[in-house]
Amino acid sequence: MTVRIRVIPCLDVADGRVVKGVNFVDLKDAGDPVEQARAYDAAGADELCFLDISASHEGRGTLLDMVRRTAQVCFMPLTVGGGVRSVEDARELLLAGADKVAINSAAVARPELVREIAEKFGSQCVVASVDARRVILPVGEAVPQWEIFTHGGRKPTGINAVDYAKQVAALGAGELLVTSMDGDGTQAGYDLELTRTIADAVSVPVIASGGVGTLDHLVDGVSKGHASAVLAASIFHFGTHTISEAHEALRAAGLPARGV
Amino acid sequence: MPTEKVALIDYGAGNLHSVHNALKAVGASVEVTADPNVVRAADRIVLPGVGSFKACAEGLKSISGMVEAMTERVHVGGAPFLGICVGMQLLATQGLEHGITPGLGWIPGEVHLIEPSDPAIKIPHMGWNDVALMPHARDHFVVEEGEAYFLHSYHFSVDDPHHVAAMTDHGEGLVAAVAKDNILGVQYHPEKSQAYGLETLARFLTWNPS
Repeated sequence: MTVRIRVIPCLDVADGRVVKGVNFVDLKDAGDPVEQARAYDAAGADELCFLDISASHEGRGTLLDMVRRTAQVCFMPLTVGGGVRSVEDARELLLAGADKVAINSAAVARPELVREIAEKFGSQCVVASVDARRVILPVGEAVPQWEIFTHGGRKPTGINAVDYAKQVAALGAGELLVTSMDGDGTQAGYDLELTRTIADAVSVPVIASGGVGTLDHLVDGVSKGHASAVLAASIFHFGTHTISEAHEALRAAGLPARGV
Repeated sequence: MPTEKVALIDYGAGNLHSVHNALKAVGASVEVTADPNVVRAADRIVLPGVGSFKACAEGLKSISGMVEAMTERVHVGGAPFLGICVGMQLLATQGLEHGITPGLGWIPGEVHLIEPSDPAIKIPHMGWNDVALMPHARDHFVVEEGEAYFLHSYHFSVDDPHHVAAMTDHGEGLVAAVAKDNILGVQYHPEKSQAYGLETLARFLTWNPS
């Protein structure tokens, strides 16, 4: 076979606690990210992603402690994002036990940050977030366009998302986390055109994100969106589907997935 | 079981703590060390590594006496050795990442960029993939068939096929594990490969290569 499509559950955390209500297994403390991570490790998730959505920079110590405790009990790759603004921020997360750091607004403001972190710690640990919204085009305009948004999809930047994706890949990002801010939270499926346009334009792997509501959405993200990995939150957290069901759905569609 | 000491070499590699956590989880008595004398006294040696070959090789060689201590303990003392990811690649004669950098030269070969002919093949090679044993390595005590987590853009092109213990496939065959006597190197990350990886590390702890 070849490299497997990765199924990545993503936990939003703030001040060391899981933010969205999560209840997919019997946990003593469903708000504890470490317990959640342990459960996903046991369930055979291919990787895990923590996104810190704390508004302030003051909770960094709490985040680092959470990453440290997770890395002691979880033996799967861990990506941590949110609030990474400098090489030093990345270093702290990697030393705490993150395998990769996702860089968001700070790279939009200053793309060179991607190169600085990649040169210091290797491309393999740099995930560049591409948070994009579809641009409303005049009638008759055939080619779709997307714009980079920051601040959880609230702040437009005027930056073309596909150009940005190519730029951060060239600067040394080892993979791109492409999130449709239009789709995020809708459960209506990934923006497949966005995912495919970027995946076909770069040589690094793309993680599809934003909008998963069904297992078919995961399959489409790969077969139609050309993603190498699929990220989802609520369908796993709320127990709608298990990680093994996601792997099975991918395999049933003829895609390589773990757990044969 | 007598408590054997595993020396985990600290030369600034990014996955040091993950490897430490995983070794502890399978019951190893680990000493994280940058001291050649600790390496000389160790029963087993683990060399982690992520990032670039050049940075890792320079980091290791910057510790005075470390390469000599490792060589003595492994080649004369016969201590079981495990290199992980770039720690495995450092076994090569040389690496071609950011110019030519000499490696340890314990397993002849070169480390170079994976250059797939099919543009749909993504680099880095990132994710879970097969560890497929070579016929001559079927009975290797430590490496077993299975799925492990890989994350690399460069690969170890080994001169002597007998030193290849396992392969994987990413557009082309890539070396997944190398083995020679008491020396073992794995391209994948056992510390990030859940049960499969922990079992690999546990077997390494009881491996008695003759």
